[in-house]
Amino acid sequence: MSTANPTVPSPRGAFATARRNTVDRIGDPTLKVLAAAASALAVVVILAIAYKVFDGSDSAFSKFGLGFLTAKIWNPVTNQFGAASFIYGTVVTSAIAMLFVAPLSVAIAIYLTELAPRRIRRPVATLIDLLAAIPSVIIGLWGILVMAPFMENHLEPALHSVLGWIPLFGGSPSPYGLLPAIAVLTIMAVPIVSAIAREVFETVPGDLKEAAYALGATRWEMTRMVILPIARPGIVGASILGLGRALGEAIAVTQVIGGAVAINASLFQPGDTLASRIASQFQSASGPLFTSSLFYLAAILLVISLIVNIGARLIVRRGITA
Amino acid sequence: MSATTGSPTPKLLGASPRRKRVNRTMEVLSSLAAVLAVAVLIIVIGSVVIKGVSALSLNFLTETPAPFGVPGGGIANAIVGTFLLVLMASVVAVPIGILIGIHASEFAKPRTSNAVKFALDILNGVPTIVTGVFIFGLLVAARVSIFGLGLGGSQSGYAGAVALAIIMLPIVARSAQEVLRLVPNSLREAAVALGIARWRMVARVVLPTAAGGLITGAVLGVARVAGETAPLLLTSSIASTAVSWNPSQALSSIPVSIFTLSESASPADHARGWAAALVLIIGVLVLSVLARTLHDRSRRRLRG
Repeated sequence: MSTANPTVPSPRGAFATARRNTVDRIGDPTLKVLAAAASALAVVVILAIAYKVFDGSDSAFSKFGLGFLTAKIWNPVTNQFGAASFIYGTVVTSAIAMLFVAPLSVAIAIYLTELAPRRIRRPVATLIDLLAAIPSVIIGLWGILVMAPFMENHLEPALHSVLGWIPLFGGSPSPYGLLPAIAVLTIMAVPIVSAIAREVFETVPGDLKEAAYALGATRWEMTRMVILPIARPGIVGASILGLGRALGEAIAVTQVIGGAVAINASLFQPGDTLASRIASQFQSASGPLFTSSLFYLAAILLVISLIVNIGARLIVRRGITA
Repeated sequence: MSATTGSPTPKLLGASPRRKRVNRTMEVLSSLAAVLAVAVLIIVIGSVVIKGVSALSLNFLTETPAPFGVPGGGIANAIVGTFLLVLMASVVAVPIGILIGIHASEFAKPRTSNAVKFALDILNGVPTIVTGVFIFGLLVAARVSIFGLGLGGSQSGYAGAVALAIIMLPIVARSAQEVLRLVPNSLREAAVALGIARWRMVARVVLPTAAGGLITGAVLGVARVAGETAPLLLTSSIASTAVSWNPSQALSSIPVSIFTLSESASPADHARGWAAALVLIIGVLVLSVLARTLHDRSRRRLRG
């Protein structure tokens, strides 16, 4: 490059330009390398998490093998561990929570995109977003001290007297159990799922809606025949993302579920989930096999949530680009 | 402007009574769902405010926890701990997150940046308790030496901060990617046409233009990790009750304090738990509202 610049006669100026050129020669590649390294780091962290979690579960895996997945026992005294009751608790609480989350979220999204007066749409959406911002430990605190006693004294006896013949609602009401966990997970997942559903609904073309109205459809018929079919992949993806969130929630569940190693048909009885077991026992884990078994639980949870999350992302992406 | 949204209910001249009834029922059910969600928010926040206010006082913010059975005491140690943990996590996660955003908007090919986006979404979906287990295995269970600085072998503030940084990173990076993409290319071209180097263009033109959005992402990340409990339980929870500014020891934090107090059987501890929850919820909600305001303002400026 030319160094002598006739329009910059002062030697000080020339010196500054030369120094500036040197800095730029280093600055450009440095920024590029740093930026690429930062991006690579995101991938490295995921791989490192997977490696470390599997590595830590090594001794439990060599002792129990895949039988760990189906063994119901969890006894630190005799050093026998199995994940079956926690897998059951995780699946039951998350799946039943999603039965409530999906319709509630779709209904909220319909309300916010089609029904609500324009003035109150943003404020209501903001309030529901704020619900997502409340830390899980506070939802859990409220769950254990306010919601669970209410459930034990009012909701569960009512359910039991009406639906007690179904095993899910059999057994006596108790302050800790699967039902409060389901409620807590529902509260935490609804704002997330409804926010995505809302975004998907807003991508439905206005002329399609108008065409339905022009054909004489009611608002519900328009929603059912235009919005829902177009938004279906998005809704499914959003619900699965919510499921992923529910599967991995540790703290709020620990606070209300009761921490029992048991597979009970009744939702009133205590149980435990993978995430909640890790959270509640890690501090007291004595002995390498105990700790390794908790790593094993984390590995199971990681695999489940990776499958669920990757699946959901692929569905949401296809739904939005389609 | 769409004629359907926001307009009064279309006149259903031809609709049969049954169709009108179904329509009305569904409208009412949808509205009820929204009312229910808002009601839950109000009930949760209302409980925290009503039960927390009575135990909240200046002493609660400035004193350390009282010994078991002694009335009074506060959460000064947890406030300092949360401040330090979140500060350290931000110092790590915010620059890296912004660099990832710069990589996507200035350097990477679309395929690469899509892959990075996917990785960040996956990272965001990793349960935080698993992140905690990871950091436990990496920095708590084993003793590692980085640049001659011995770290690990026990819980520490550093370990907790790294766990929080991993949770914060995808939030900051994804929002940086989105907002840097909105910076008009004409600005970049103008800068390059003036002959300045690329890194100067990024530092002087791209980042200042997107500053509002970048700050939004950082604030959202802070709001999220300030309330994180699960990873800290494994990495920085067995702490002394004294106020500590030393991150090489385990630091207490407000969320872990709430968790411990909520597991207690004593009503006095529950009252302290509510007061600590009030402190945390005020902090988190203020940050969330702030992030939202900044977000709206920066979008308006960038979109013109």
